[in-house]
Amino acid sequence: MLNNIKILYHNGKQFIPDVRNAKVPGIFRGRPIISSAKVDADELVELCPMGAISKNPVSIDLGKCTFCGECALRFPDKIRFTTDYKIATNEREQLIVKEGVDKPIEVNPAKVRKEIHKLFHSSLKLRQVSAGGDNSCEWELNASNNVQFDISRFGIEFVASPRHADGIAITGPITVNMAEPLQLCYDAVPEPKVVVLVGTDAISGGIYSGSPALDRSFLDKYPVDLYIPGNPAHPLTIINGLLDLTRKKK
Amino acid sequence: MEKYLPIHNNQTVDIDAIPVLPYEIFREVNTGLILEDPESRHCVQYFGMRQNSKVKLFCCIADDKTQMINVSATVVSESDTLSAFTDAHLSFHNFEREIHENFGIQFINHPWLKPLRYPFNRADKSKTIANYPFFTIDSEELHEVGVGPIHAGVIEPGHFRFICNGEQILHLEIQLGFQHRGVEQLMLQKKKLLQRATLAEGLAGDTAVGHSVAFANVWESLCSYKPTPDIEFSRTLALELERMAIHTGDLSAICTDIAYQLGSAVYGRLRTPLVNFFQEWGGNRLAKGLIRPFKNQFPFTLALGERLDNIFNEYEPDFTEMSAELFRLPSALSRLERTGTVSFDDVLAIGTVGMSARMSGLNRDVRSSHPFYFYNTLNHKPIIKHHGDVYSRAQIRREEVWQSMGYIRNLISQIPTETAKNNSSISKPKPNAFCLTMVEGWRGEISHCAITDESGELALYKVKDPSFHNWLALALAVRNNEISDFPICNKSFNLSYCGFDL
Repeated sequence: MLNNIKILYHNGKQFIPDVRNAKVPGIFRGRPIISSAKVDADELVELCPMGAISKNPVSIDLGKCTFCGECALRFPDKIRFTTDYKIATNEREQLIVKEGVDKPIEVNPAKVRKEIHKLFHSSLKLRQVSAGGDNSCEWELNASNNVQFDISRFGIEFVASPRHADGIAITGPITVNMAEPLQLCYDAVPEPKVVVLVGTDAISGGIYSGSPALDRSFLDKYPVDLYIPGNPAHPLTIINGLLDLTRKKK
Repeated sequence: MEKYLPIHNNQTVDIDAIPVLPYEIFREVNTGLILEDPESRHCVQYFGMRQNSKVKLFCCIADDKTQMINVSATVVSESDTLSAFTDAHLSFHNFEREIHENFGIQFINHPWLKPLRYPFNRADKSKTIANYPFFTIDSEELHEVGVGPIHAGVIEPGHFRFICNGEQILHLEIQLGFQHRGVEQLMLQKKKLLQRATLAEGLAGDTAVGHSVAFANVWESLCSYKPTPDIEFSRTLALELERMAIHTGDLSAICTDIAYQLGSAVYGRLRTPLVNFFQEWGGNRLAKGLIRPFKNQFPFTLALGERLDNIFNEYEPDFTEMSAELFRLPSALSRLERTGTVSFDDVLAIGTVGMSARMSGLNRDVRSSHPFYFYNTLNHKPIIKHHGDVYSRAQIRREEVWQSMGYIRNLISQIPTETAKNNSSISKPKPNAFCLTMVEGWRGEISHCAITDESGELALYKVKDPSFHNWLALALAVRNNEISDFPICNKSFNLSYCGFDL
C-alpha cells in the first residue's frame, strides 16, 4: 500500500493540461513555411522522395509528405518546418502549402456535416482500422490515450466493435488484402458515420503509392471527414484535429 | 569444391563466388549444418530469385561460433517437386512456404505448405486471403473461435483461429498477410536512395531504427563505404534507445492486459520521455528520418548527451521502483508465471530469434554472435531466461532496459566530436554483388539481403523481420492456456504484422 502511494507520488501529475496550446519539445517538424526565396525549383522537386513538392508556385503536399525534413536541410532559406502541429483539416486542398503563404491549416466548419457537430460534439467513438499501416500511426493513436495526452477526457475513444462506433479511423495505404475487412467494418458502423484518415499512408498511399498490392477504391466511394497528416501523426495533431472536427469554435 | 561461402556480417561478395550446388547436395549441406549444431547455427535467410526461366535459391546459415554466415545456392525450376528442408529441421518451414507461394515450387514432406502472406505477385492467384485453408477439427465437444483480422484494440490486422475445449486453447493458427503492401518490389522500383530509406523505416514503424540501420548497412556495404565512428555511434545509441522505449511501453501493455492500472500508467508515461528524446534529436518520436546511408543526418552533440543523461536520471529511479513493485506483486505474478510457456526444445526446433529465443534459454543475439558497430567493444552479454513464459519475457524486458541504459551511458561518456565529412563522391553499388546484414533490433534478428545486377542496379531486396521466425512461438505458447490469457501472451511477444507481411 505504502509502496503504491510512493509510486503515485513519484508519478505526479502527468497529463498535459492544455492540449490546444502545449509546446512540443525539440525539433518537431510541423506545418512548413515556404519563403519566396529563389532556388532551383527542379532540384527541390527532384529531391523529395515522396513527390510531395511541386513548382510554379513551389508547394508541399502534406498529404504526401513524410516530414523527413530533407528539403529544409538542403534549402534552409526556402523551406522551414515550424512546430505548428495543428495540421489536420477536412479539406484536402488545405494540405497543399504554397510558397509565400503562412496561414494555419484548419478544419473548415462550413464544410463539416451538420450531424457531426450535432451528435458528436461531446462524444466520439471511433473504430480504428489498420489497413497496411506500419504500426507507427497505430502507436501514436494509442499514445493519444496515454496518461499524458489523455484524449478520452474529451469523450473521444477508440472502441472494440464497429457496432459501438460513430466512425472509422483508417491508418495505412489500404492493401488489397485489407480492402474487404475494411468494407465490412465500415458497413457495420451505424449511420451517420465519420471517416478519418490518419497519416500520410492513409491520405495518399505514401511511399507505397503505385504498388499493385494496394486497393484504395474505398476512398472513391465515401467522403473523408478529416485528414490528419504525419508520418506518423503526432498525438497533439490527432487530438486537435478530432476536437476541431467535432466542436464548433465558440 | 567448397560447399558454401563463409561471409562476415555486412560483407559484400561477388555473386559468382557463391557455390551453386545440385539441389540434393544443397539440401544435405544446409540441413546438415543445422542438424550438426542446432544451438549455435540457424537459418538467417533462404529465398528464391527468378533467373531467366529458372529459380535460383540462396540459403544463408549463420554460425555463432565462427561468427560467419555460410552462403550457398542452387538452381531449380518452378515446376520442380523438391524434398523439403523442413522435413529435416522444422526451422525452415516458413522459408519454404514463402518459396512455394512465390514461385509455385512444390515441396514434399513439408507438414504445413500453406500460403504465407498472399503477396500480389504470388504464383497461384486463385488462392486468396479470404479462403485460407485453416486446420479444422471434427468434434462434438470442441469449438472454434475466430478473431480478426481487425482486433479489439488499436493494433494491426491478422486472423487468429483457435480450437478450444471450453475455455482451454488446444490449437491456434495464425493467418497473416493483411498488411502486405509489396515493399520488396517497391525497393526495386523506387530508385531514389531516399525513397528506399523511407521504405526501410516503414517496414515496421515500431522498429524504424532497426530496419533503417539494416538498410544502411546493406547499401553502404554494396557501395564499399565504411561508416565513420560518429555514424556508428549514433546508430548504436539509437538501437539501444529504441529497445528501451519499446520495452518500457511493452511492460505497460503487459500491465494493461492483467488489469494492473498502476503499472500500465507508470510504464506508459515513462516511455514518453524516451520517444520524445528521439524527437529532440531527429524530429520524430519514432526516429523516422534519423538514420540515412552515408550520412550523420542529426549529429549527436554534447548537449544532447547531457540532456539524455538528465532524462535517465529521472527515468531510472521511477522505472526501478515500479519494477520492484510489479515483480513481487502476487496478483501480477500469478498471471505472468507459467502462462504462455514455450520450451527450449520447441524454440530450438522452430528456430526463434531474439527475445523469443532468449526467454527459453536459447542464446540468439546478433549483438554478441555477429557484432557490428560499437557492439564489438561493448562486450555484450545477452540476458537469458529459462522458463519461456510471460514472466520470462517481462523479466527480459526489465533487465534489457537496465542493460541498454548502461550501454548508452557508457556511449555518451565519449561522444565522438568529429562528424562525417560531406560524402559528395559516393560510389554506386558494386555490380553482380551479394550482401547480407544482420542487426539485433529490439524484437530480435533483422536481416536484409541485396543482390545487384551487371549494371549495379538492385535485382533483389529481401527482408526478414524477426517476427518471421517468432509467430509460431506464440501459437505454441497459448496451447493448453485459457483463451482469456491470449492477450497477455500476445502482448508479451509483441510481434510485428507489417514486418512479416512486407
